[in-house]
Amino acid sequence: MWKNVPFFPEQASTLAGEVDALYFTFLGISVFFGLLVAGLVVFFAIRFRRRSEDEIGRPEKAGIWLEIIWSVIPLAILLAMFAWGAKVYVQAFRPPGNAIEYFVTAKQWMWKFQHPQGNREINNLHVPLGQPIRLTMTSEDVIHSFFVPAFRVKADVLPGRYTTVWFEASKVGTFHLFCAEYCGAEHSMMGGSIIVMEPADYEMWLAGRDSGPSVIASGEELFKLKACNTCHRSDSATLAPILHGVFGEEVEFEGGGTQIVDENYLRESIMNPTAKLVKGYKPLMPTYKGQMTEDEVLQLIGYIKSLASDAKEDHGAVSDSSSPDPVPDEG
Amino acid sequence: MSVTVTTPARRKNYLNADYGIKSWLLTQDHKRIAILYLVSITFFFVLGGVMAALIRVELATPLGDMVEPDTYNRLFTAHGVVMVFLFLIPSIPAVLGNFLIPLMIGAKDLAFPKLNLGSWYVYNLGAILMVAALLRGGTDTGWTFYTPYSSTFADSEVILTALGAFVVGFSSIMTGLNFIVTIHRMRAPGLTWFRLPLFVWAHYGTSLIQILGTPVVAIAILLVAAERLLHIGIFDPALGGDPVLFQHLFWFYSHPAVYIMILPSMGVISELITAFSRKRIFGYKFVAFSSLAIAVLGFLVWGHHLFVSSQSIYAGLIFSVLSMLVAVPSAVKVFNWTATLYQGSISWQTPMIYALGFIGLFVVGGLTGTMLATLGIDMHVHDTYFVVAHFHYIMVGGAIMGYLGGLHFWWPKITGRLYSVFWSKISAGLIFVGFNLTFFPQFLLGYMGMPRRYHSYPEEFQILNVLSSAGATILGLGYLLPLIYFTWSMRYGERASDNPWGAYGLEWETSSPPPTLNFDEPPVVTTEAYDYLAMRDKKTAA
Amino acid sequence: MQGESSHSWGLAHHFDSFDQQREASNLGMWVFLVTEIMFFGGLFTAYVVYRSGQGAAFALGSHELDITLGAINTAVLIGSSLTMALAVWAAQTGRRKAIVGFILATILLGGVFLGIKVVEYSAKFEHHLVPGPNFHWNGPEAPGVEMFFNLYFLMTGLHAAHMVIGMGILLVVAILAWRGAFSPENHNLVEGIGLYWHFVDIVWIFLFPLLYLLGRNIQV
Repeated sequence: MWKNVPFFPEQASTLAGEVDALYFTFLGISVFFGLLVAGLVVFFAIRFRRRSEDEIGRPEKAGIWLEIIWSVIPLAILLAMFAWGAKVYVQAFRPPGNAIEYFVTAKQWMWKFQHPQGNREINNLHVPLGQPIRLTMTSEDVIHSFFVPAFRVKADVLPGRYTTVWFEASKVGTFHLFCAEYCGAEHSMMGGSIIVMEPADYEMWLAGRDSGPSVIASGEELFKLKACNTCHRSDSATLAPILHGVFGEEVEFEGGGTQIVDENYLRESIMNPTAKLVKGYKPLMPTYKGQMTEDEVLQLIGYIKSLASDAKEDHGAVSDSSSPDPVPDEG
Repeated sequence: MSVTVTTPARRKNYLNADYGIKSWLLTQDHKRIAILYLVSITFFFVLGGVMAALIRVELATPLGDMVEPDTYNRLFTAHGVVMVFLFLIPSIPAVLGNFLIPLMIGAKDLAFPKLNLGSWYVYNLGAILMVAALLRGGTDTGWTFYTPYSSTFADSEVILTALGAFVVGFSSIMTGLNFIVTIHRMRAPGLTWFRLPLFVWAHYGTSLIQILGTPVVAIAILLVAAERLLHIGIFDPALGGDPVLFQHLFWFYSHPAVYIMILPSMGVISELITAFSRKRIFGYKFVAFSSLAIAVLGFLVWGHHLFVSSQSIYAGLIFSVLSMLVAVPSAVKVFNWTATLYQGSISWQTPMIYALGFIGLFVVGGLTGTMLATLGIDMHVHDTYFVVAHFHYIMVGGAIMGYLGGLHFWWPKITGRLYSVFWSKISAGLIFVGFNLTFFPQFLLGYMGMPRRYHSYPEEFQILNVLSSAGATILGLGYLLPLIYFTWSMRYGERASDNPWGAYGLEWETSSPPPTLNFDEPPVVTTEAYDYLAMRDKKTAA
Repeated sequence: MQGESSHSWGLAHHFDSFDQQREASNLGMWVFLVTEIMFFGGLFTAYVVYRSGQGAAFALGSHELDITLGAINTAVLIGSSLTMALAVWAAQTGRRKAIVGFILATILLGGVFLGIKVVEYSAKFEHHLVPGPNFHWNGPEAPGVEMFFNLYFLMTGLHAAHMVIGMGILLVVAILAWRGAFSPENHNLVEGIGLYWHFVDIVWIFLFPLLYLLGRNIQV
């Protein structure tokens, strides 16, 4: 019903309609209260205008009940709006389980994307319609912010850390991508397009380009190249923890404390291995800080995550070892 | 109370008590220091305004065709830094508060007159540092100095500007400290806390924020400067730091700082509404305590600037709900002002036009603020022109309307002269219309998705940007007029009586302009605040 | 703006009584100290945030500090607080020479503190523990240790700056006291600087355990 109203961007994701519904409801309430106050002010100012030079107003006893009413009613409305807004927000920052992961690296002043199949793009991102897509993002320099107005999503992209955002496109077309966090001279040029395609078209688009190795394959390559596999073996946990199935599990640290293994933890373990030492291991691992690009770190993490799913699905069908390893399964 | 004798011509007052530049630059009289501040901040308001005009001209076309992107970034940074640190924060407290608080509470001066003068010098020292930075090419980090851009990547005068903000912060602390002690210890006999004018209550709340918040941003800014100078990594992730920590420290102050700008303005509006309704304000205690509530709650909501900055979802939820709470005392004020009008004796003088305009603009600014505090909406409009429009409605529509309203109200007391009624009403109208035309389209732009701090933008945003730039022209004209007729009135304006508006308050019981020690006889307060009935009875009795 | 004839000497023109003047001065000092707490509070927040992430590295950094010198300094500073309190007592009871003497003792103890601090700082220089290009640390914890020393130098440096300022003011107050500027009714300046000095002392009481002691128990 709002489709033909100008002054708000296209609704091109499953989230857009929800944000708009929230926004326009709140707008309606605001307009009502705004007009109420403005109307009363204007009415009183005219009705009670001064009629003689020494006239004074008629003071009334302040009504405590009036104060309560006009504190409680706005509070109740605001809390309701908070709850609704929170629901939409939580939904926007909790990707569904079937979301496909894309990697995003931002730098002054461009966006670099990598599809799970390995395709790379700069500033433009092609995505299939109706498929939940999760972006794992990091920055190579300053803080940027990934913003697609038509999807109503925005998330800051930070250096040295991963943030995520997800969306499910609901409309075929080309939509603006902006950097929303001020990042320097070319901030306003740091944009591009999100191109939403029918899934079949997307497949054709992928097929028509030289994709190179997939993210997981690149990560696996790196895993060997950087000699991670000499210690992180799939058949022996003496030197370093086994990485199969570790993603999403809780690890315990030397000196107490636990954490669920997520992208940020993996990143920290690569960049600053001794910060959180897994219980039972010595601080032997060197830091890889400055030795890999952000893209490579993401690929490596993509590979380690794939080990998790491998382990769950078919128990460690990994290249460097086919022996059944003692990975604690979730069951 | 004391009988005021109106001898219009050559009465000794603080303005003619002494002459010469030295008598001004070394004065310890709060009224003269207020005038010094008035001169300084007016200069910086004009400077910041020129920057704003350049920004609006650039944004009239989608292409960045007037200035280089880098120049544009330095422009909006300078606009923000100058307007926030050198104009808005000192505006009402350092000018009107400085002038009026001792008068309103029946004191001879602020508790620490030397500190007061010192604060003006510190302010100017900070201002000089910032201007020096500007002359050396300016800063391009935005007034928010976000790390690691500011600490590592920016190639501009970050240190000088940051140092300037740091120094100006101390002037603000000095003012706040002075007000708190003055309000506690210098009240006239009979002037209990609940007889204080609401302007004083608002400044008490403001001062609390100044002394509690300013030091935190001072240390954060100092750390950024240290990081640039010494190449140590407090905020730079490449050196092991956390860039978001800066955002927390910065907004811990800078969100309450918004209330430093708006609370005094609310105090002014409370005075204006009651003076021009000639009626005790509705719900005095609620209005008074809402100032304190805003000051306290203001410290608990900084995280709403970080909803999409990787803060955890739970932190987002907490900060969102707290931000909703802070809206309630603001709403209470608005409703009480409106209720005060009911059965008042409302006079449409210029200051009242500002006050009524303030209510309208503040309601828009406040309601859009609660929209921004709503998580589901913020993740779309965060860092877009919606935010820009919102805070201009609060800081320009709110704070400056209050400042100008107050200046028009107390101008006869400050200078002893009247100004042109006709031109002042024209200017109030121009400002109201121009302001809305400038900033309302920016709400629409924001929801359409135009990010802030953009030097060029996609073509579909042009119509609204042109509207906004056109409005800015009218707004600029509206601001120019008071500059002219106030200057004119200082020399040629008709002499004002002691109480030209027939308003209640100790400041109206002394002469216009007041003598150096404020009152000929120390005042004693026997009536409640804004007791117009008692005031009339006393008058008829006399 | 000279005081009116009814005003006593030493009472500023805008106060009605010495009581009012003293209360205002005291309250002003307390409010100032609140801003100081907030000022250091920003650094303490940074310390807590980084320590919670890199506890082990902070413990390592802590081991590099000289606990003996730190403990001596703590004692010196507490001693200076005592002499400061005695100076205030002397002012209250109108003992002119005692005020000067105790203030000079306070300045002397402050000087000892800063002297020891200089010894500690120069040792850090020699061991390449000063953050920046010359920082050197063997081992994977280097970033965390450097962060510890960032905070160590910022916090103790800011504290030392407060001491230097305090000593400067104390010197002025001592000269004023020698000239007989204070009386039992009017010695707000002595009380004010006294409060300030105690505050600086208390900041150190927090810094010492946070920087020197915490993490000592962890064997590295």
